[in-house]
Amino acid sequence: MTMVHEHHASHIAAALSVADMMAVLYADILHIDPQNPELPERDRFILSKGHAGIAVYAALAEMGFFPRSELSKYYTDGSVYSGHVSHKEVPGVEFSTGSLGHGASVAAGMALAAKRAVSPYRVYVIVGDGECDEGTIWEMALFARQQKLDNLTVLVDHNGMQALGWCKDIADLQDLPTKWRAFGWHVIDVKDGNDHSQLRMALHESVSGMPTCIIANTIKGKGVSFMENKLLWHYRDPQGEDYERAMRELGAARHAK
Amino acid sequence: MRNRFIKGLEQLAETDSGIFLLTGDLGFSVLDAFAERFPERFINAGISEQNMMSVAAGLALNGNTVYVYSIGNFVTLRCLEQIRNDVCYHSANVKIVVVGGGFAYGQLGMSHHATEDIAVMRALPNMRVYCPADPVEAVAVLHEVNSVEGPCYVRLAKGGEQCIHADAIADINKAIQLKAGDCVNIFTTGTIVSEARLAAKQLADHGVSGGVYSFPAIKPIDTELICQCAWESKLIVTLEEHNRLGGLGGAVAEVISELSAPHARLLRLGLDDEYTSVVGSQQYLRTYYGLNAEKITKRILECWEN
Repeated sequence: MTMVHEHHASHIAAALSVADMMAVLYADILHIDPQNPELPERDRFILSKGHAGIAVYAALAEMGFFPRSELSKYYTDGSVYSGHVSHKEVPGVEFSTGSLGHGASVAAGMALAAKRAVSPYRVYVIVGDGECDEGTIWEMALFARQQKLDNLTVLVDHNGMQALGWCKDIADLQDLPTKWRAFGWHVIDVKDGNDHSQLRMALHESVSGMPTCIIANTIKGKGVSFMENKLLWHYRDPQGEDYERAMRELGAARHAK
Repeated sequence: MRNRFIKGLEQLAETDSGIFLLTGDLGFSVLDAFAERFPERFINAGISEQNMMSVAAGLALNGNTVYVYSIGNFVTLRCLEQIRNDVCYHSANVKIVVVGGGFAYGQLGMSHHATEDIAVMRALPNMRVYCPADPVEAVAVLHEVNSVEGPCYVRLAKGGEQCIHADAIADINKAIQLKAGDCVNIFTTGTIVSEARLAAKQLADHGVSGGVYSFPAIKPIDTELICQCAWESKLIVTLEEHNRLGGLGGAVAEVISELSAPHARLLRLGLDDEYTSVVGSQQYLRTYYGLNAEKITKRILECWEN
């Protein structure tokens, strides 16, 4: 929140939507070593909806991949921390994204590499529900099933919103779990995609021979009452009273700058 | 050319277990031997080039050398952003190998004629671009792209091309002289070199001494040779089965235009910023679009005499 506030950045609501998933992944699921970001057997994580990349930088700093002080360079001239997540010179960022519909296919390639190398790592990728408009998502869904990539987990951040409105009013995804099941995936419908214990339980599931899709029913702008389900906060940065109130609601008022 | 390239790849895959071959459901009968010998490393990704290119990046970033095979336009223009963001930005070790460069697919029509691919691929940072003229160049290109780390684009024609080189090629990144000349030098890339060689003979009949060079590497381009010819001859002609914009002609123009000393005039021959809407064999199309030996000779003589 402070990064967006200080640097007049955007996409805070998208970051809040995925923050719980990322917290559970980084704290409890991913086998990674902040001291050795290139560890060959590390689990791979890709944020395919790269516009929420601020959440990756924050999580990596929190995990100790680089000092928290680095976060103040976000969005600044000459720094390496761009609005859409970029891997260059940022330890721990597995892959750069920003254009939608790329990350999941790359993740499938990484999962296939693990299979062929008989390496134990898993690959996790978060895609947006709006991102499921992209044809490549469904090309990937066919491919991963065909290749039996049971070491791949796709998390769909199903907050129901996309850049210009509600998904159902733009390109209705209808019953998303049924769609993924029809592509031959093991699907887990997580009722509250911002609930850590529900997410944790889902992330421990896998079925032999099938890729896993977790539909996380999230709330865009989660945790800040006036941002929740409000398209405006896909774009606007919180200033003044908005910022202070957001920090209070997140229980982070003492960190407000 | 195609068969020799794939056969060579098969040989490399014997000793390098990190070599993968991905296809977008194309290569009937051409890829069978590779598929049979290395079933775990041959992946038919289906008719989904965008997914295939990103998958290739993911595979490559985990220690593999990934060859992606398809028809020219399908695996370049269709998935350009995947090539740019996923392959090139990440310097992924992906080799894009295509058939159907220029008019090789003749009567199949414009959808199957790759005529802007060189321009588009060479505009991408980190990408190398190769366009071999015969099976000998194709094999040399294979060994080059396999030994360099990072993205490469290899534009093949089809199959059944004649060998123009008797000897092995010393450095595939340099232009190869096929005929020495004084006043005019023809630079070509790909199989259309055959027309350039015929044109050079016809020019000789008109008393004009024309040299011919094959450029299997378009990026990196042989700047040294271009400069030398630009200083020492009167006219440089570029010839390619490709748009005149941005391909070999564009690359040569970029080099020459930055020279300070007086230099040769440049004539760029290729498709004149148009699509191949006329039906015909490769040879018919070369003639129709002014790229056969007779028409090249005529254009060069007109240019020479003015």
